[in-house]
Amino acid sequence: MEQLKNIGRELAIGSQGSSKEFLELVKAIGEAKSKAEEERLVMEEIEMLKKKIVEPDVPRKRMKEYIVRLVYVEMLGHDASFGYIQAVKMTHDDNLLLKRTGYLAVTLFLNEDHDLIILIINTIQKDLRSDNYLVCCAALTAVCKLINEETIPAVLPQVVELLGHQKEAVRKKAVMALHRFHQRSPATVADVISKLSMKIMHDVDPSVMSACLCVLFDLISADANSYRHLTNSYVCILKQVVEHRLPKQYNYHNAPAPFIQIKLLKILALLGTGDKGASNNMYNVLGDVLKKAEPSGNIGNALIYECISTITAIHPNSKLLESAAAQTSRFLKSESHNLKYMGIDALGRIIKINPDFAEEHQLAVIDCLEDPDDTLKRKTLELLYKMTKSSNVEVIVDRMICYMKTLTDSHYKTDIASRCIELAERFAPSNQWFIQTMNQVFEHAGDLVPPKVAHDLMRLIAEGAGEEDEDADSELRSSAVESYLQILVEPKLPSLLLQVICWVLGEYGTADGTHSAAYIIERLCDVAEAHPGDDVVKVKGYAISAITKVCSFEIAAGKKVHLIPECQAFIDELSASHSTDLQQRAYELQALFAFDSSVVGAVLPFDGSADDIEVDQSLPFLNHYVKSMLSKGAKPYIPANERQAATTLASQHVESYVSSHSLRFDPYEKPQMPIMALTPVTTLQSDDQSIDISQKATQVFQPSFDADTPSSEATRLRLEGVQRKWGRPSYNNNSASSSAGAERSTNGASNGLDIEKASGGKQGIVPQEPKYVSDRNKQPEISAEKQKLAASLFGGVTSKADSSVRSSGRSQKQASTNRHVGTAKRMQTVDPVDSRAQASLPAATAPPDLLDFGEEEVAIAASSKDPMKDLEGLFDNTGSVPSSQPTAPVTNLPNIDLMSLYDSDLGLGSGLVSSIRVPDMIPENLPNNDSGDRLTVLDGLVTTSGAVAGPKVQGETSASSAIKKGPSLESSLEKHARSRQVGVTPTGPHPDLFKDLLK
Amino acid sequence: MIRFILLQNRQGKTRLAKYYIPLEDSEKHKLEYEVHRLVVNRDPKFTNFVEFRTHKVIYRRYAGLFFSMCVDITDNELVYLESIHLFVEILDHFFSNVCELDLVFNFHKVYLILDEFILAGELQETSKKAIIERMAELERQE
Repeated sequence: MEQLKNIGRELAIGSQGSSKEFLELVKAIGEAKSKAEEERLVMEEIEMLKKKIVEPDVPRKRMKEYIVRLVYVEMLGHDASFGYIQAVKMTHDDNLLLKRTGYLAVTLFLNEDHDLIILIINTIQKDLRSDNYLVCCAALTAVCKLINEETIPAVLPQVVELLGHQKEAVRKKAVMALHRFHQRSPATVADVISKLSMKIMHDVDPSVMSACLCVLFDLISADANSYRHLTNSYVCILKQVVEHRLPKQYNYHNAPAPFIQIKLLKILALLGTGDKGASNNMYNVLGDVLKKAEPSGNIGNALIYECISTITAIHPNSKLLESAAAQTSRFLKSESHNLKYMGIDALGRIIKINPDFAEEHQLAVIDCLEDPDDTLKRKTLELLYKMTKSSNVEVIVDRMICYMKTLTDSHYKTDIASRCIELAERFAPSNQWFIQTMNQVFEHAGDLVPPKVAHDLMRLIAEGAGEEDEDADSELRSSAVESYLQILVEPKLPSLLLQVICWVLGEYGTADGTHSAAYIIERLCDVAEAHPGDDVVKVKGYAISAITKVCSFEIAAGKKVHLIPECQAFIDELSASHSTDLQQRAYELQALFAFDSSVVGAVLPFDGSADDIEVDQSLPFLNHYVKSMLSKGAKPYIPANERQAATTLASQHVESYVSSHSLRFDPYEKPQMPIMALTPVTTLQSDDQSIDISQKATQVFQPSFDADTPSSEATRLRLEGVQRKWGRPSYNNNSASSSAGAERSTNGASNGLDIEKASGGKQGIVPQEPKYVSDRNKQPEISAEKQKLAASLFGGVTSKADSSVRSSGRSQKQASTNRHVGTAKRMQTVDPVDSRAQASLPAATAPPDLLDFGEEEVAIAASSKDPMKDLEGLFDNTGSVPSSQPTAPVTNLPNIDLMSLYDSDLGLGSGLVSSIRVPDMIPENLPNNDSGDRLTVLDGLVTTSGAVAGPKVQGETSASSAIKKGPSLESSLEKHARSRQVGVTPTGPHPDLFKDLLK
Repeated sequence: MIRFILLQNRQGKTRLAKYYIPLEDSEKHKLEYEVHRLVVNRDPKFTNFVEFRTHKVIYRRYAGLFFSMCVDITDNELVYLESIHLFVEILDHFFSNVCELDLVFNFHKVYLILDEFILAGELQETSKKAIIERMAELERQE
């Protein structure tokens, strides 16, 4: 029976005008058992076509088929350029069908800058003026693909004329053509579009209006201000769409014209951004869209998601935000991966406005992070990247690096490596951690990291925390040396990392006396040997320079250097190297042995890299010479820039001076929870009195330098990397830092109160803490590991757990606060017990406390230790919980069976005889019955594996209706049936929906 | 904006490829190969979205055919997922119970339908009825 049906189908296809040969070819290719066989068939076809199309007097109908065959050959991945000219010729034909085929072929074959386009322009111009609207449509479709910037003027007048065509299909395509022109070259069509956008916008046909929205979206994203006055029109249109006032045919799965709604929502988001008045007008209609969208289908969720995007983009409205948050929760809790993905994205948008919202969903987020689905994981990492602050940077960067290790795709790897570096630079809690992190990044993505990062890292190691604390510096260096000696064991290190390693070992390898010079030299010799490759010359260069330094430090220290045989061999090898650079380095090293310690010490002083080389740009030693030349009549030298415009230069000078020394208005990085073991007071006291004491503290305990410290010129040379801690705010820093600032100053004495900070946001959408507790009660199976992770990521849940630690820390902090700042500060100090209430004060009321620098370092110690421990205590009552990792994906049994059957059919043997009907075309991502409840409902074409049997369109709907939920395949099939009965009779004219806008 | 649309079967044979951005032929073949590799082995439970270079691919599987759309990173994924479905509904309507064979033998018609549905990388017509009517009118010309 099935076979009969297929034969019938084949016959039907055969009668549609294609020749038998072509059908045979398609069939043969479909049945080809190997790539080679397919290749052979296609090559034969190409040879045949090459001969046939150049024959004289090919019947036109025949030629049309040849061109279709050319398209087929091209689609299979072969070159059919020999026939392009025939396709171009066919566009000249008078017969509409042939013309259309010609246009279809050229749009598929040619790009907009192909040489042959010039031969089509004339035809297009003629066709755009045609009386037959189908010809106009065909030409407009070609225009959208083939016209480039240079040829726009040739067709623009005709296209504009067609905007007033009586057929809506032509108007619509003309609008799309204009849209394309605008994308290609906005300047060419700017005048036309601005004049016409209002007119076409109010077209009575919804399709034309919808096409127009594409153009308007582009215009508004370029310049929202000029279109703000249109906000009400869009709101009004959206309202009518939502109220089902468009013709039924635009409905999709019962949603009224959802594709138009989404375009409108996108436009509203642009118009409402930063405009309170415009936003006010939208609130009602946004609420309507949210309310009316059916959460049971994909399209409803698409609408809801778009609403969330709009709500979070425009001036905030607490009620709408609340519903947006509720919908986001629903997404995140859904079983469907698609919805979770949308939920994560929506969450990223909401936390921009209310950072505390993330906390409620921390477990959902962590589930997504550990999901085997790569797309979801990546999206979640993106969310975490947006949420990163100093309290959770270690966990997040660690996660990112773990993920980076699994990647093979260099594009993503570069991306994620640069994010790691950015976060590490911005939030690094300590230099030690920073170096470790950087090493990991280099190790796993070394070739993808910009060299500047390596230089910054070396500079950091060289300059450490600054002159104030040499001990810390040398400790840092020793730990760097240790870590690099460990890394060297690994095979295949990227050359950038080797550069850093060699440099550090050369400079500081022997500095602390743990390792002998011989040992370091041996390791350095190994480096050069162990890493042959393209960069071998560079790597050898790094190694020999490092050896030179180690040797010279030894000599300078008065010790005798015994070169181990390997090293001697290495030097000898380099002395005879093809690279002159390596040769020179080797000879320089040998030359050093001839000098005594004082000379060597002067040539290569220890830790010379950190010394600033002072260059007196006025070159005073030439003064004498200059004077003598001037006296001999030479012209005085005027610098080039002064020669050009002395006056403007002067003013610029002043400006640049001002900008580098003026106050900075961007917010400082969020202060962290400070605790315990404070600064060694001695350093503070022993130092220069002229510097403010708090600033001093920064220099001691901060790995960074504030460029504005009045200390010295040398700040210029300091590590940018860490300096960025004070730089521009992070993604969500605005709110985070301000609320943190508020916390800091309102309850200056409170300590380690991440939780208060988190739960006491401006207008916490949901009461977090009770919610969280109830969540926990509901799902006791959540693993302790995840809880820990959640705690360290979100920092929130831990708070209540350890009040004793907190209060003890608090008293110390109180002391330190008092020391650091004056009485004004102490006035603000509040009773620790009140801190929660204090924290929930509106964030904006108090400015960040700029003076209170000192606690930075300590805070980190606390944050890295606190959350885990606290949490453990907190969850004792839940008992030992089994770690519930995401379960392995459940296989989809019936569908897969069908698939394989189908494949074997198609691939081999009977091949094309198998046919698959659309009811059978079940989206493979449907869950099986047991796993998904909501998922089933949500996935657009809803059916279950029961439908695999392939219900016919009519009749069998009732059979499977038992297992359907929501708008389903069945209902769409019913619709099909209905519309089939109705036939394709055109409906009457559309209601003048948008007439009211014209007044 | 839609960058390209691909219809591929499980073996990676291209059944339809439409590009809305200018690309070299070699680049097109590479894309087709990569997209197929990305989508073909994904667990059906996973998301229907895959990041692809600087864009994302929204795909949906119908029996042995993968419909993939490459869109901008800022686009609403679910909308494109549904537009794929709408396209399939239109094909189903046009071919009365479409099967892969219809698409294989009538690929030029599928291109014509697609041209009515999507133009210049944007959905131009979302009314199934309007598209079916337009196609019926063209059929009458033959």
